[in-house]
Amino acid sequence: MAGEKKQGLQLLDFWVSPFGQRCRIALDEKGLSYEYLEQDLANKSELLLRANPVHKKIPVLLHAGRPVCESLIIVQYLDEAFPATPTLLPAGDPYARAQARFWADYVDKKLYDCGTRLWKLKGDGHAQARTEMVEILRTLEGALGEGRFFGGEAFGFVDVALVPFTSWFLTYERFGDLSVEKECPKLAAWAKRCAERPSVAKNLYPPEKVYEFICGMKKRFGIE
Amino acid sequence: MAGAGANDLKVLGVWTSPFVIRVRIALNMKGLAYEYVEEDLGNKSALLLGSNPVHKSVPVLLHAGRAINESQIILQYIDEVWAGIGPAVLPSDPYERAVARFWAAYIDDKVRSAWLGMLFRCKNEEERAEAVARAGEALDTLEGAFRDCSEGGKKPFFGGDGIGFVDVVLGGYLGWFGAVGKIIGRRLIDPARTPLLAAWEDRFRAADVAKGVVPDDVDKVLAFLQTLLAISK
Repeated sequence: MAGEKKQGLQLLDFWVSPFGQRCRIALDEKGLSYEYLEQDLANKSELLLRANPVHKKIPVLLHAGRPVCESLIIVQYLDEAFPATPTLLPAGDPYARAQARFWADYVDKKLYDCGTRLWKLKGDGHAQARTEMVEILRTLEGALGEGRFFGGEAFGFVDVALVPFTSWFLTYERFGDLSVEKECPKLAAWAKRCAERPSVAKNLYPPEKVYEFICGMKKRFGIE
Repeated sequence: MAGAGANDLKVLGVWTSPFVIRVRIALNMKGLAYEYVEEDLGNKSALLLGSNPVHKSVPVLLHAGRAINESQIILQYIDEVWAGIGPAVLPSDPYERAVARFWAAYIDDKVRSAWLGMLFRCKNEEERAEAVARAGEALDTLEGAFRDCSEGGKKPFFGGDGIGFVDVVLGGYLGWFGAVGKIIGRRLIDPARTPLLAAWEDRFRAADVAKGVVPDDVDKVLAFLQTLLAISK
C-alpha cells in the first residue's frame, strides 16, 4: 500500500536566508539537481512543520523524503551521502577538516548575531556591535591568510559557510558606517573571487536587495 | 598501556566542564592515553591562550603539538584519526550521522542555555526556576529523541548498543545536573517525567568510560561553582 517513494532532493528554504544559500551553493558545487521549495515563514507549511518539528526553521533538505536540518549539517550530509561529487570538507586530512569545521562554526557563532544587532540596536549596543563586527571580519581575514579560498586553492566548506554573508556586507557597511574593503581588503578580494563562481553568482541576491529587505524588516518591527 | 607520550595527546581542561568531560570520555572510548592539564580560568595558561586565541576556552586537544578546539569538533577529529580503533563515536551511515549532529547541536543550544541559566546567570531563585523549566522542556524533547534513536527504548544509548556522539555530548552535563539536583531537591532528569532519559543517565554514569571523568561528588562540584562564579565577577 506504500505510496510512490519520493526520490531525489528537495530544499525547503527562504529566498534571502544565508543559511539556505549555503545549501543551494553546496548542491550546485556538487552538480546535484534538486527541487527548490520557497517557504512562507509567516504562514508555515505542513511540510515544513513535519520536516522540522523541533525548530520549525529553514533550511531543510529532504532526501527521498527524509529531512536533514541545520545548514552546516546539510552541507556535511551532502559530502557524505554523495561521495562521488566534489568534496567541500578537505578529504583525508582530519586536522584540516577540524580547522574547516572550526571556522564555519565561528561564522555561525559570531557573524549573523552581530549583524542583527548592528541593524537592530542604537546607542551603546550599536557601537559595541560595530566594534565586534570589525573584529569578526578581521579575524576571518586572518584565517583566510594568503590563500585564494579558506581551504587554500579549492573552494570549500568555510567558503560555503561564509559567502552568503557577502551579500550582507553592504547592509553591515551602511548600518555600521564601515567599509569592508578598507578594513579587510583580502576578505573583500575573496568575496569578489567567490562571486565569479557560477554556484555563488546564481544563488546570491544583489546586496541592494538584501539592504532593502532589512529596511523592510526594520519598518515591520517598528525599529526606526 | 602506552604513556601519553606515545600518542602525544594533551587535553587542556577544567574538571567540571561538560565540554572537557566529553572529550575525555571519547579518548577513553578509544583507549587513548593523554596528559591532562587542569586550567585555572582566572589565570589562563600561555599554552591555552596560544592554542585557542580566538575563544580562549577549554577544552583544547593538543595532538603532536597542533591544537584542535571546540568540543564537538574535537570529538569528530578523534573519531577520524583513530577510525577503526575502539568503537566509532559517530555512526557510519550519512543520514544517521546527520541525525546525531542535529541532536548534538540541539543539546549545545537548548541544554547549554538552560545550564548557564540554572547555575551561572541566574540572579535569584525565580530566574533559576525559569531556567530549570527550560531544561525540563529540552529534556522532554530529548526523551522523544532517545525513543527514536533507541528503537523505542530497546537500546541502551542514543548511539544504539553502545555509547555514541549524542550520549557523549549530553553525558558531559551530568556532573552539573547532579549539582542542580541538590539545589532544587530532586533529580533534574525526572524519572516520572522522562523515564527513558533517567534510566539512560544511570547507565551512562555507570559506564567505564565515564568513571573518574563525570564528577559524582556533588558537594565538590557545588564548592567549585563558587570558585567559577567568583572568577566571572
